[in-house]
Amino acid sequence: MDLLVNGKTHHVEAPADMPLLWVLRDMLDIKGPKFGCGVGACGACTVLIDGVPTRSCVTAAADVVGGVITIEGLPDGENLHKVQAAWIKHQVPQCGYCQGGQILAAVALLAETPQPTDADIDAAMTNLCRCGSYPRLRAAIHGAAGMEG
Amino acid sequence: MGKIAKYTRRGFLGLGVLAAGGLAVGYYTYKKPYPNPLPETLKKAEFSFTPYVIIGSDNAITIITPRAEMGQGIHTTLAALVAEELEVDMDQIHTEHGPAAAAYYNAAMLKEGAPFPFFEDGFVAEAARGAMGVLGKYLGLQVTGGSSSTIDAFVKMREAGATARAVLLAAAAARWGVAENSLTSARAEVIHPNGERLSYGALAADAATLTLPEPPALKAPSEWRILGKSQPRVEIYEKVTGAPIYGIDVQLPDMLYASVAMSPRFGAKAKSANKVAAMVVPGVLDVVEINTITGYGFGIIASNTWAAFEGARALAPEWEAAIYPADTAGLKALWNDALDREASFTLGGRGDPEAAMQGADVITANYSLPYLAHTTMEPMNATAHFKDGKLKLWLGTQGPGIAAMASAKLLGIEASDVEVVTTRLGGGFGRRTEVDVPLYAAAIAAQTGGKPVKVTWTREEDIRHDTYRPMAEARLRGALKNGQPEALDYRIAAPSITTSVLARTFPALGGGAGPDRSMLDGSFDQPFSWPHSRFAAHQVDTAIPVGFWRSVGNSINGFVHESFLDEMAAAAGQDPLAMRLAMMKDDHYAPAKAALKAVAEMANWGQPLPEGVGQGIAHTLSFGTWVAEVVQVDMRSGAVKVDKIWASADPGLVLDPANFEAQISSAIIYGLSAAIGQEITFEGGQVMQENFYDYDALRMAGVPPIEVALLENSPRMGGAGEPGTPPVAAALGNAIFAASGKRLRALPFSNAVAFDLG
Repeated sequence: MDLLVNGKTHHVEAPADMPLLWVLRDMLDIKGPKFGCGVGACGACTVLIDGVPTRSCVTAAADVVGGVITIEGLPDGENLHKVQAAWIKHQVPQCGYCQGGQILAAVALLAETPQPTDADIDAAMTNLCRCGSYPRLRAAIHGAAGMEG
Repeated sequence: MGKIAKYTRRGFLGLGVLAAGGLAVGYYTYKKPYPNPLPETLKKAEFSFTPYVIIGSDNAITIITPRAEMGQGIHTTLAALVAEELEVDMDQIHTEHGPAAAAYYNAAMLKEGAPFPFFEDGFVAEAARGAMGVLGKYLGLQVTGGSSSTIDAFVKMREAGATARAVLLAAAAARWGVAENSLTSARAEVIHPNGERLSYGALAADAATLTLPEPPALKAPSEWRILGKSQPRVEIYEKVTGAPIYGIDVQLPDMLYASVAMSPRFGAKAKSANKVAAMVVPGVLDVVEINTITGYGFGIIASNTWAAFEGARALAPEWEAAIYPADTAGLKALWNDALDREASFTLGGRGDPEAAMQGADVITANYSLPYLAHTTMEPMNATAHFKDGKLKLWLGTQGPGIAAMASAKLLGIEASDVEVVTTRLGGGFGRRTEVDVPLYAAAIAAQTGGKPVKVTWTREEDIRHDTYRPMAEARLRGALKNGQPEALDYRIAAPSITTSVLARTFPALGGGAGPDRSMLDGSFDQPFSWPHSRFAAHQVDTAIPVGFWRSVGNSINGFVHESFLDEMAAAAGQDPLAMRLAMMKDDHYAPAKAALKAVAEMANWGQPLPEGVGQGIAHTLSFGTWVAEVVQVDMRSGAVKVDKIWASADPGLVLDPANFEAQISSAIIYGLSAAIGQEITFEGGQVMQENFYDYDALRMAGVPPIEVALLENSPRMGGAGEPGTPPVAAALGNAIFAASGKRLRALPFSNAVAFDLG
């Protein structure tokens, strides 16, 4: 199969039911999407497929239609995406393991809803964070909503 | 149960055998410093000054931060300690965890293991704390835990910075032919009185030839430029860009992938396994046996992680029966049997509570707490390479030295032939102190023909093979006299964490652990003046492994003790805050009073609230930090909605306010998740929960606003990572009582009331 990841096409030989997460991590050495649960319950493996936040641990790589963006593909060259910049400004991460997925979920939210309310954030941000970075995460989304870029 | 032993100051044996053996040798060797491990690791034109500072001729400055970075911001705070005295700025340094080495022992962690309340500063208590610290050094424990890293480092890492700076100044003085005391330094440069400057890098080679002096006097806090101020995290860029920094991201040439299928019945072996079915899964290369002190099972080796998972599923082993009661009801019966018998030991207490109960108004209450799993975001994993009799481990670990020791024993090699590379940790919470993860990786690596192997557990393996927070059952009786708390009889049954940990970590000690104060932490050591009190532990050990879960015994006893105080207040018709303040009669308890008053003011405690809305309050002193919390709930819809949480925390000294606040908030959410919805239960001898769909934690929508105030009244420094957890379950239960009159005594609360989590 061919996979378009972060703007680059990769040819991969993998079983038809192999999840996208493991194709990315173990075959393409793209480690940004994280393994957390394997059942689509935590969101650590979130990637964007044509802009839609998708849990790659329960998405067969063979079923992917469209371009995949992982956290590594989010910056524009050397320039961090405004959501990443807001994450630094608000010092969101603690252990950091879930944050790639959280950032991509926030990018998708802001693309749909540029000025989200707290209720919008509650509805869209369902990824798990065991460090409980949620208060700063919420503040950073509001911060990013007010930023250019 | 043996005869009850009351451990008084004189009779104290601490960790029993461990302390006795360690101290006998430790007392006359502990003053010898361990060697600096850095010279062996230096690159060309790099020089080390103390085990904490590396300076390159190019003026690159590396600070060794030898504690596990698991989200608590410790690399930033430890680096700040060195940078403050070295006179470099945080934008000029980078940090490295450094090698596993005895030089990085953690004395502070074991210090508070002695059975004395934190605030007791009598000679014997001080002497015992000192002895426990010596023990930490003797064992070379490079452990991250017990909210102790900053306390342990506070003097020694500032001294490292000051000592390194001293030889750099001496080198500059020699170069310029001027007196050292005429020189100053800033931003990694030594400054001549005439304004000329030499960079530390330009002086490093000269300075490295000088003998390090005794540590110079340290700066007064009023002179601090960095400490006491919030610093950006040193690793933040990596964490927002998805850098491969965790153990699970390790990638090596020729690396194999593996997973494990371990017996879910602890201590039981496999009866059968379908090895053929596993081997035909595409990508599966081998199925090997794992037999270790922490468990029995199989390693499934494959060409990628997913194939290993699928192979483990196909293997479908059958296991022997459990050697302990097979279900939660049976285990609870065992716990209650223990409560019916004599106590194993008591700690603290005073007076004669039995006599005081005679003829008094006696309040009784029983509390139940479930086993809990840690569920770090990053599932358990380790990468191991065993070749030519030497093992290399890449591991997100809170205890690299212990991991090396256990792995060496399994493979029959010397601990010095094990190298541990500590990666960043995707959460720890106490789980990553354990040796099971490196042991299974080492066992598999010994069967790969010398190829490295990354071993990743599924979430199901992770939840079903944790080292759980103990299940506990408590029976309390309290007496009022003239409407005031007069006597407390506190009994708790639980397994001993120390016994469980020692059995799998230091088996040679034979489990002789002495009294495990963690069984009563958060009760006997709290700042209340009971005229009569008794705190009794009823130890009940099984093969189900228990371990350090964020705040350890304090999260158990904090809930029981602070819930019961609320029950006493209700029975006495008193305000729960006023009753607590009135019970804090000793001057040493002033920080507790100040914390309670501060949080009450923040929450506008005592204000009229609508019917169905209520506030609950609780305070627990743990890891040297005094934390008071108020939870407000709204039950008008029928379900419990947590409106807001206020917290005040006093660690004596706050080195990084933003990070400290984040830790308190994090610990509250961790405890709140457990209080609302988490429990590990047993059926058929194995854990019933397996993934986040049946063992969840709070998400964004369920987390209320949290307001934190930091205080600095306490005379000694306390920890950051854990002390926020213990009060929250009690404060939540007390709030539910205030709102509804319903008293909840069993965790998790969602078994009794519905929660509105958004």
